[in-house]
Amino acid sequence: MSVTAAIDVRGMTKRFGRLTAVDHIDLEVQAGEICGFLGPNGSGKTTFIRMLCGLLRADAGSGTCLGYDVIRESEQIKRRVGYMTQRFSFYEDLSIEENLDFVARMYAIPDRRNAVAASLERLGLAGRRSQLAGTLSGGWKQRLALAACMIHEPKLLLLDEPTAGVDPKARRDFWEEIHQLAAAGLTCLIATHYMDEAERCHRLAYIGYGKLLTQGTVSEVVAQANLTTWEVTGPRLMDLAQRLRSVPGVRQAVPFGNALHVSGDDAALLDRNTQPFRVAPYTWQSAESSLEDVFIHLMDPLSDNARA
Amino acid sequence: MARLAAMLVKEFTQMRRDRLTFGMMLGIPLMQLVLFGFVINADPKHLATGVVLADRGPQARTVLHAICNSGYFDFVRLLENEAEAEAVLLGGEVQFVVNIPANFSRDLLRGERPALLVEADATDPAATGNALNTLRVLAEKALEHDLKGPLAALGGSDGPIELRIHPRYNPEAITQYNIIPGLMGVILTMTMILITGLAITRERERGTMENLLSMPTRPLEVLIGKIIPYILIGYIQVAVILAAGYYLFGVPIAGSVSLLLIAAFVFIVANLAMGITFSTIARNQLQAMQMAFFVFLPSILLSGFMFPFRGMPVWAQYLGEILPLTHFLRLVRGIMLKGIGVTEVMQGLWPIGLFGVVALAIAAKRFRRTLD
Repeated sequence: MSVTAAIDVRGMTKRFGRLTAVDHIDLEVQAGEICGFLGPNGSGKTTFIRMLCGLLRADAGSGTCLGYDVIRESEQIKRRVGYMTQRFSFYEDLSIEENLDFVARMYAIPDRRNAVAASLERLGLAGRRSQLAGTLSGGWKQRLALAACMIHEPKLLLLDEPTAGVDPKARRDFWEEIHQLAAAGLTCLIATHYMDEAERCHRLAYIGYGKLLTQGTVSEVVAQANLTTWEVTGPRLMDLAQRLRSVPGVRQAVPFGNALHVSGDDAALLDRNTQPFRVAPYTWQSAESSLEDVFIHLMDPLSDNARA
Repeated sequence: MARLAAMLVKEFTQMRRDRLTFGMMLGIPLMQLVLFGFVINADPKHLATGVVLADRGPQARTVLHAICNSGYFDFVRLLENEAEAEAVLLGGEVQFVVNIPANFSRDLLRGERPALLVEADATDPAATGNALNTLRVLAEKALEHDLKGPLAALGGSDGPIELRIHPRYNPEAITQYNIIPGLMGVILTMTMILITGLAITRERERGTMENLLSMPTRPLEVLIGKIIPYILIGYIQVAVILAAGYYLFGVPIAGSVSLLLIAAFVFIVANLAMGITFSTIARNQLQAMQMAFFVFLPSILLSGFMFPFRGMPVWAQYLGEILPLTHFLRLVRGIMLKGIGVTEVMQGLWPIGLFGVVALAIAAKRFRRTLD
């Protein structure tokens, strides 16, 4: 076990009735790392994050979070973790300042007044401090939420789809801030659906149906998938895609704009079986597998697993 | 037509999913049927009566039998003396005390028209009205059989005995004296249960609960933090009703105001705790409101606020005893009209306190720090 690991958990499991939402997930995130947490809707990302910060009791699993036992010392963990929920969860009928003040009191911050003032200043909302949080736009709500879960200077940020419904400019600013915080030593675990955001992370962990499917840096994840991808252009690509999908060796045929991405994990088989399709009017070009190709591929065999 | 069908199918499907609302639509009418059909009785009979029997002559016995046979009076206690009579009347143990004075039979036979003294707890004029009217008739007729032949003359034109009725605590039978203190209890019940019932479900509905729980708080801190502000609101209500009752309606305050405020505290907390318990069970604010209504209805009907408590069947009285409002009504009417003291207040206060503690324990158990 590394001494610098901010999150180091093994076998984390949570069941809701007969459904196993999180199934023996091991995760290690180093201090100062930004770890992207990916997976389709309902794959267990939120449940896993809630277990980390003590909102849910794990049915099985062990390990540490910021050096504290993830099962027994959730009170200690709560004090040192900033958790930003998927949905805006501050008080819409309180002003920006009142929300920050409430959070600061909750964490018993010694110099509360200054902490709130500094937070408002950083937010750039000092002038609108008495505006009700409910009247803020989506992007500002998200900034307020980030500021509020940073006010007690946590060592670890758990962000659950923080940029859902936020415009591109605000998203870019948000990531800028996350990278600055990480550079200062803060560890971040960010659940997201956006591929461009995934590529901004130091490391990725991908879960599906409650299981950890792959983890590593972006290039490691792509390499591990061992995927060969062809980019096809031409007319009526959807018809071609339909026919290709039944060809052995083709794991996916997905439209990307005006092109079709055809990939498979057995390069030789893919090459051989797609020969008949490489005729005019189509042009085939070898392409780099993108992160998205990899993720769609990861989901595919799993849907079979899930049915089995 | 197809669009109408689409709406209908959707509405019925949603109705079926929302079990609680569906249950309310069946439950409320059933509850009203039972309460109004079986429980409510504007002509209460079998009222608890104490007897001070200083004369055991046959005529005294005849009079007592007649009173008992009227069906309005149940003799539950034989009292030693006037002081004990005063105590049980004050404590609310009996509604009436019938006092047969010494030498009742002798004076009767001598034609001296002995007094039959009846003291009534008239805080609720509706509860005693019919019983007292019956008594007036009884006093004349009861001895008809005994006083025959030569004794018939004793009947006279005024009747053989003198009936002296002392309506205590509310001698002029002013309805407001009974209603206004009772209203304090009813208003507190309605607002306190509702206000906290919504408090936690609101946090859950708006998603703020998840955030709250991720912070280092304890369940009890959240619960108590939710209760204290509304205790203040409750006291404002008490003050308004008390002032209006005293200055506007002239309701007397016979007992100690501070004792009333202490009783109100326990009662407010018990209701707030009940509201919090509801909100930990309900999934949304609407359900919390519906659950509150399930308490309002019996509280108003079974507590003795609108209809005399002693007029209800015994099983309904037992149900009523569970409700905090029943006990609080006795306390607030007792303090304001009868001037009851600490001893009597404590007797009525502990069931309210117990109710509050149980409700709070359930709330704390259900409101766990974790979301699962």
